[in-house]
Amino acid sequence: MKAIQELGRNTLNTIRGIGNATIMLFQALVGKPQPLKMFPLLMRQLYVVGVQSMLIILVSGLFIGMVLGLQGYTILVDFGAEQALGPMVALSLLRELGPVVTALLFAGRAGSALTAEIGLMRATEQLSSLEMMAVDPLRRVIAPRFWAGFLSMPLLAFMFSAIGIYGGFVVGVQWLGVDDGAFWSVMQASVEWQHDVMNGFIKSLVFAFVVTWIALYKGYTAEPTSPGISAATTQTVVYSSLAVLGLDFVLTAVMFG
Amino acid sequence: MEARKIELLVGVFITAAIAALVFLAMQVANTTGALRGETYTLYAKFDNIGGLKVRSPVKVGGVVVGRVSSITLDSEYFEPVVEMKISVQYKGFPDTSTASILTSGLLGEQYVGLEPGFIDDGVMTLEDGDQIFMTNSAMVLENLIGQFLFSQGND
Repeated sequence: MKAIQELGRNTLNTIRGIGNATIMLFQALVGKPQPLKMFPLLMRQLYVVGVQSMLIILVSGLFIGMVLGLQGYTILVDFGAEQALGPMVALSLLRELGPVVTALLFAGRAGSALTAEIGLMRATEQLSSLEMMAVDPLRRVIAPRFWAGFLSMPLLAFMFSAIGIYGGFVVGVQWLGVDDGAFWSVMQASVEWQHDVMNGFIKSLVFAFVVTWIALYKGYTAEPTSPGISAATTQTVVYSSLAVLGLDFVLTAVMFG
Repeated sequence: MEARKIELLVGVFITAAIAALVFLAMQVANTTGALRGETYTLYAKFDNIGGLKVRSPVKVGGVVVGRVSSITLDSEYFEPVVEMKISVQYKGFPDTSTASILTSGLLGEQYVGLEPGFIDDGVMTLEDGDQIFMTNSAMVLENLIGQFLFSQGND
């Protein structure tokens, strides 16, 4: 009896949480646009969320591409099909690894920072002070961070895929000696703009939405204590990673299934 | 000063993203894959299309001139009908041309190979909506093995 009650309570809490998160996002984003006020704030957040994540994205993209090149080569060379290295590296990066790994790294690098920042703003009552000054904290604090995350993650995913393919090229062609022309031409023959690049882009837009949303909501509703902020930061990373991997399966099944 | 630096770095960020996108577009992806531009349609009936798929290439002497746009089954004779969209850049094949379903490499993908026929006074060119009558079906490995075993058994 008690277990069933527990289940019911958890379900209701989850639904309430999703509802609150939706209301928060709606109130932050929908309203009269104020481009002059928003632009400097958005610039600032693009710097914090996007530019500062660039290094980790580029470095991990390069290494993941190089590992793909190396692993792919050792398997493909057994079948005498090492020319297929190009499409293998490009397709796995564009379809899966680019969007997914970018989203996971983004959740760890930028999502956790967003949660901690907003949680601390709440704990030190900065959000309440904004309200006292008749400034809507949702519009002033949440909205620019949301747009910055939503815009920068797809761009980061493009960079990740591009530098990953370059990493695969360095290992495959320049180190292991796959033919240069075949590498690129077989890749071009099998990668399609609409089907592969654009579907990856749609994936990363979805992930950007979800990860930024979770990070902002967890920060906004964090308990205003040190353990509360620490728990909220952890939850951001855990929930966003799970959401990204789960959604990735669904999206892959719809797009490529 | 601080604001300028941030704006500059965001500019670098956007530029890097655009550069990555251009690299993907120019070097990696096949933007002509959907065969943009004007096309005309040809039909061909085969006995067996093997592993031919929609979007498989149509090649003349190895050059991609079009793509398979749909594969249906003729309701009267139950023969597969392959509809091909050919770029208008390659117009005027004679109607004595032959369409065959070929395989690139031993295990590669299948494509339609178009072999232009002879040109004579009485020979018309293939126009939009025409059908290619001379066709060779796909080679099906099981049938070949069956024929081989059968001819072995006769000896």
